[in-house]
Amino acid sequence: MSRLAKLTVTEAKLFLRDPIGWFFALVFPPLLLVILGSIPAFREPDAEIGGLRVIDLYVPIIVGLVLTMLAVSVLPSYLATYRERGILRRLSTTPVRPASLLLAQLAMGLTMAAVVVSLVVGIGVVAFGTAMPEQVVGFLAALVLTAAALYAVGFLVAAVAPSAKGAAGIGTVLFFPMMFFAGLWVPREAMPEVLRRIGDFTPLGAGVQALQDATNGAWPRPLHLAVLTAVMVGAGLAAAKLFRWE
Amino acid sequence: MAIIEVDHLHKRYRDAVAVEDVSFTVEQGEIFAILGPNGAGKTTTVEIIEGLRTADGGTVRVLGLDPQRDKAALRQRVGVQLQQSQLPEQLKVWEALELYSSFYDRPADWRRLLEQLGLWDKRNARYGKLSGGQQQRLSIALALVGNPQLAVLDELTTGLDPNARREVWGLIEQVRERGVTVVLVTHFMEEAERLADRVALLDGGRLVAIDTPAGLVSRIDAEQRIRFRPSGPLEDRLLTALPQVRAVTRTGPWVFVNGTGDLLQAVTSLLARNQIVAAGLRIEQASLDDAFVALTGRRLDN
Repeated sequence: MSRLAKLTVTEAKLFLRDPIGWFFALVFPPLLLVILGSIPAFREPDAEIGGLRVIDLYVPIIVGLVLTMLAVSVLPSYLATYRERGILRRLSTTPVRPASLLLAQLAMGLTMAAVVVSLVVGIGVVAFGTAMPEQVVGFLAALVLTAAALYAVGFLVAAVAPSAKGAAGIGTVLFFPMMFFAGLWVPREAMPEVLRRIGDFTPLGAGVQALQDATNGAWPRPLHLAVLTAVMVGAGLAAAKLFRWE
Repeated sequence: MAIIEVDHLHKRYRDAVAVEDVSFTVEQGEIFAILGPNGAGKTTTVEIIEGLRTADGGTVRVLGLDPQRDKAALRQRVGVQLQQSQLPEQLKVWEALELYSSFYDRPADWRRLLEQLGLWDKRNARYGKLSGGQQQRLSIALALVGNPQLAVLDELTTGLDPNARREVWGLIEQVRERGVTVVLVTHFMEEAERLADRVALLDGGRLVAIDTPAGLVSRIDAEQRIRFRPSGPLEDRLLTALPQVRAVTRTGPWVFVNGTGDLLQAVTSLLARNQIVAAGLRIEQASLDDAFVALTGRRLDN
């Protein structure tokens, strides 16, 4: 097994030994979909949201939730802990570069994300009759770009956080507004116009809308793809510039 | 062959000089201690040797290589234990060793290493559940798992209780027996005295002295002191007549003789000539501690 694969497997083991971490990232999102889907009114078409059902809107929102948990909460707190405990520094005295540990965390998170996103979409289709993404390429493109943008934000949080506790704090502070604009509490379709416009310029507002559009058979709008790309590049460059190994 | 050559090393941080004109060599197979109080420049010096920091001046060669230019080659051959470096809480002992051994081209057998370090029974324990001594032993195991020619161990026994400390010292001697050259950074006098073949004394970024522990002690013009209980009457003037004796004092039945040179030999022959037996005879000698005070003008314990 290559060194990177071995590091990734080790990171996955460590993650699965942290019950709070995997509950919120892996179990809670599908559970939330099941709970929302169990509410009869959410399974009725609603003229106010363009004839869709509430549960239809929640599939992309919960996909966004999974990615945010993994990228903005889990990743920074692991990396900041590794820096705080001198693990990155320790690695730099071995033949393995400490950047490998960042890649291993990324690979581990993306694998978990792929599994849980499939699970969420699958549960939606099988249990609640939500639509399979019609524009598959557009859906995958939106998914990859959203994950990339959120992971860039996660690396930036890891870069600027003064400590492991600080990383968890910043992650939580970012989580609520990001998820708000994604529509976790009020779906975007039910938001006042001005909030939806603001949301278009946030990574999750853009990401969830792009996923929603692709699910409905449309190609994601250029504005949303541009916002996601801008966040990815901006946060990614800032993270690369600011990241401290010790 | 010199394993490490440090020549006129300089390093300054923004506000202070950390290392100033330090030179020394470490020979194959020796245990070399770098001793000094906090802030003496010990860790900076070894971090330059490890390639973690760059020097501002001077040259450093490790195994004949440049720690900056030949990083990749040296990382295969130099094992490092960092001061205050930990592992993830949830990582098991065997997983840590298996993972780190996979980093190296020719790793040691980590199972044997665990046995040798007395950690075999703990192989399934998580790092967070280990005692301080066990964590330290694991850290030493990880420094050795790549089969290094040189091990650089920084503050090996800080935070350990005296028993665990002695245990770790025994391990370091075993490591040397395996043919590994060991550089030890410490601020424990006892550690340097017990383990090191040679000691470099650093203070305020400068190399104060470099010698064997005994050599350092002998550099200071140390007075010896003998204490005993004579079996019969013994006049002070017999003792003070000896050229080696400087002063004689008494406390109850005890006689204390201060002097230099071949003091013990002189006093015992005198007692034998007078058919006096010395009960409870003890000789007190200067220690590395005293040498440190004499060489730097202050005490080591901070």
